[in-house]
Amino acid sequence: MKIGVVVFPGSNCDHDCQYVFKDLLRQHVEMIWHKETSLAGLAAVVLPGGFSYGDYLRTGAIARFSPVMGAVKAFANKGGLVIGICNGFQILLEAGLLPGVMLRNTSLNFICKDVYVKVENAATRFTNRCASGQVLKIPIAHADGNYYTDPVTLGGIKANAQVIFRYCTADGKVTPETNPNGSLDNIAGIMNADGNVLGLMPHPERSAESILGNEDGRLIFLSMLTSFGASELQSKLVGA
Amino acid sequence: MKALVITKAVLEQHKLSEEEYKKILEILGREPNWTELGMFSAMWSEHCSYKSSRIHLKKLPTTGPRVVQGPGENAGAVDIGDGLCAVFKMESHNHPSFIEPYQGAATGVGGILRDIFTMGARPIALLNSLRFGELDNANTRHLLKGVVSGIAGYGNCMGVPTVGGEIVFNDIYALNPLVNVFCVGIAKKDRIFLGKAAGVGNPVIYFGSKTGRDGIHGATMASDSFDEQAAQKRPTVQVGDPFTEKLLLEACLELMSGDCLVGIQDMGAAGLTSSACEMASREGTGVELELADVPRREPGMTPYEVMLSESQERMLMVVKAGREDEVIAICRKWDLDVAVIGRVTDTGKVVLKENGQVVAEIPAKALADEAPRYDRPSAPPAYQEMLQALNHDALPDVKDANAALLALLDSPTIASKRWVYEQYDHMVRTNTMVRPGSDAAVLRVKGTNKALALSVDCNGRYCLLNPYEGAKIAVAECARNLACSGAEPIGATDCLNFGNPQRPEVMWQLVLAIEGLKDACEALNVPIVSGNVSLYNETNDLSIYPTPMIGMVGLIEEVDRAVTQWFKQPGDAIILLGHTREDLGGTEYLKVLHHREQGSPPLLSLEAEQAVQACTIRLIREGVVQSAHDCSDGGLAVALTECCVSGSDQRWGAVVQLSLNGLRRDALLFGESQSRILLSVKPEQAERVLRLASDAGVPASRIGTVGGDRLVIQVDGDQRVTGCTVDLELTALYDHWASAIPRALGRD
Repeated sequence: MKIGVVVFPGSNCDHDCQYVFKDLLRQHVEMIWHKETSLAGLAAVVLPGGFSYGDYLRTGAIARFSPVMGAVKAFANKGGLVIGICNGFQILLEAGLLPGVMLRNTSLNFICKDVYVKVENAATRFTNRCASGQVLKIPIAHADGNYYTDPVTLGGIKANAQVIFRYCTADGKVTPETNPNGSLDNIAGIMNADGNVLGLMPHPERSAESILGNEDGRLIFLSMLTSFGASELQSKLVGA
Repeated sequence: MKALVITKAVLEQHKLSEEEYKKILEILGREPNWTELGMFSAMWSEHCSYKSSRIHLKKLPTTGPRVVQGPGENAGAVDIGDGLCAVFKMESHNHPSFIEPYQGAATGVGGILRDIFTMGARPIALLNSLRFGELDNANTRHLLKGVVSGIAGYGNCMGVPTVGGEIVFNDIYALNPLVNVFCVGIAKKDRIFLGKAAGVGNPVIYFGSKTGRDGIHGATMASDSFDEQAAQKRPTVQVGDPFTEKLLLEACLELMSGDCLVGIQDMGAAGLTSSACEMASREGTGVELELADVPRREPGMTPYEVMLSESQERMLMVVKAGREDEVIAICRKWDLDVAVIGRVTDTGKVVLKENGQVVAEIPAKALADEAPRYDRPSAPPAYQEMLQALNHDALPDVKDANAALLALLDSPTIASKRWVYEQYDHMVRTNTMVRPGSDAAVLRVKGTNKALALSVDCNGRYCLLNPYEGAKIAVAECARNLACSGAEPIGATDCLNFGNPQRPEVMWQLVLAIEGLKDACEALNVPIVSGNVSLYNETNDLSIYPTPMIGMVGLIEEVDRAVTQWFKQPGDAIILLGHTREDLGGTEYLKVLHHREQGSPPLLSLEAEQAVQACTIRLIREGVVQSAHDCSDGGLAVALTECCVSGSDQRWGAVVQLSLNGLRRDALLFGESQSRILLSVKPEQAERVLRLASDAGVPASRIGTVGGDRLVIQVDGDQRVTGCTVDLELTALYDHWASAIPRALGRD
């Protein structure tokens, strides 16, 4: 099984995602240059965080025109597993693979800190290793994570259980105080209707090892592997 | 070419003295043309030539068994084992940040990053040392916000975590803030790249951004004092593009993974002029460049402008002849402008042509190395004795210790800097084990079992009151911060921020400070492998406090032994290492509570310092230490508070008993005696730790126990005197400490 990590000009969490899959979870990882037009042979694709094209104009707005995005769309439409983290989430929104848009954080500042998110739907290919309602501690690091969409779309994704993560307290209460960026309904991550494309603002690759303080983020990557029936034993053995 | 009459006014505009001009005439054997005059002006500026500091800098210890690269290159490098080096340097961007805080700070980050990756190292961490006026000043708030977002804007986009730093607020910096950035990278020891133009006939290749008209004479501006007209210098501030720099970083590292590169240097201060002449000068060669081939942002630029532009994100490299195509292909892959603009020659000269016509011809060494060196007169200022005089008897002792402690926690210099560091991505690259908010940042080194601890430090007030002791303390405290995380210091970089060197009192401060750095570095065995000098930090004839900033790298041999400053578990014993004396001079307590910045700073015994650090490192390596924290600004009471409230997850109170032993109460609680470290250890280990410390000749006493939701500090003999005991709820301590800066900024 091979995981592809897309490298846009300005991606800067590409190495971190590669490290988690390759060094911690012992999977084959291929770095995909943004000018590639084929994703043949990949089981899953990661759009990593960073500042693709400097995030000039608007976050993700230029990256969506990268040649690789045509291939990512085709891959997703065929049911391929796609995860967009932070800037990757912003790109998925711009590319129309997920509904909604990102606004500036209400503070207008970049915010880097640990947050708690509640797993709203544990029956997905990204969260099957979590319990429903489980609280994960994962860092955020963004200036544009204020998720917004129109009421109809919001109603739709809620009704369809596509809201996967919401900002919450350490014990799982979703409150306005826990919302770091003004995101609609405390939304931290959403999935498409088919359940194969996830976008989230928190960085699970930054909380996947005890040496960095906590391993909650690892559950998301393990869930992806589990959804393929990948050897859990193997992934448990490494770096645990 | 423009006919040129070199008048006094022209020289003044170029910040060249008549003496210096005479030397130029001697070197060239003729009058310089306009371009050549500009090149001399930039390269012989204080910023590029270190002309006032060089003879003194030579005294600093720069060698040691771990030193792979000392001063003189883009950055220094020390061996960390496993075939790897830590490559690091600190630089200032003070003047630009005052004129245009966002771009000034951003390009400061960009410049130091290039210095690191030019050496073949991937940058893994940034730290910064900032100095501003007090936050009740609206312009200071504007500067702080601008500088912080500039640092964030550049570093975050680059994907290099900003993992620590320090900030001091003092009115002396109101019109001359300091922005010093410290960057650390990791390189393979046998793959360090240097800025040398070797191999006659090899092509000289330009790559990165196009050259524009921004930043012309930035180096000269940075070597001048300021007055009310400072804002008019805005056009000399460069504009940063972190996205292009990120591409430049990846392209450089890709180029360096092959074997085609001979030498490389970034175009920082003095742009193409400095990179060309320094690369040739280091190797004893020459270069011939065709300026028409330099990628340009706009038409009509003169050779003068092309050579002196400080447009950011540009590099110059020399590659093996015949390998041009593969180099160009890599640059193009990363969407960077690239052009072969010349060749290495054996003439020893920098020869510039425009469309084949020679427009400048100067010996490379003359530009790079033969700037005049000055042994400027130095003398203590007339007010020095007055500054140091402090009559303790005239100061009332503390009457309400609770109120005094809260007032100190309200001081932005002491308060939590969370508002600042939350705007910096401090976790990207997934190495940050200890985040901002502890004595030192700690990063694991992937592929090894090691970690690096990083810290920056300097107390400018101490340096004002006693430049020699102040500089010693800057080194000692920086090393102490590392020791508190369990790291042994292995190398340092300095960034010497001073006023106008043409004032004897400023030179006096500089010379003494360098003596202090030297003695402390020698005693603690820390070589200085790179550095930067920033002079002319004065506005309207008022110089800043002498501020010799130190950045230091420490090595932790076993990654899982790193320790943080906050208390971990109720019941743990609190042990104080070191002696408390009546050290009130120059303290934050004196400034905040008595509005005085006076007295003699604490005197530091390098022997005692070395012993307390070695002891702490040894105890941490043995695994018996739960937390370790340096006692500095605000003294013991503030250090204890920080142990209680600075942890991110859980906060623990403490009950502490202290003995006066003839000291004043304020000196005991808030004095800033050096060489003190607060440890917490498991109670069953306390006896052993005390014994080990005593065996090492380090004074140690058990002063209390971790636990509860209050901080109680009882001072013996004081139980019946109301107000002389600290007894506060953690929530109150935390609220004051955590919200002081946001509250001060909330006025806008």
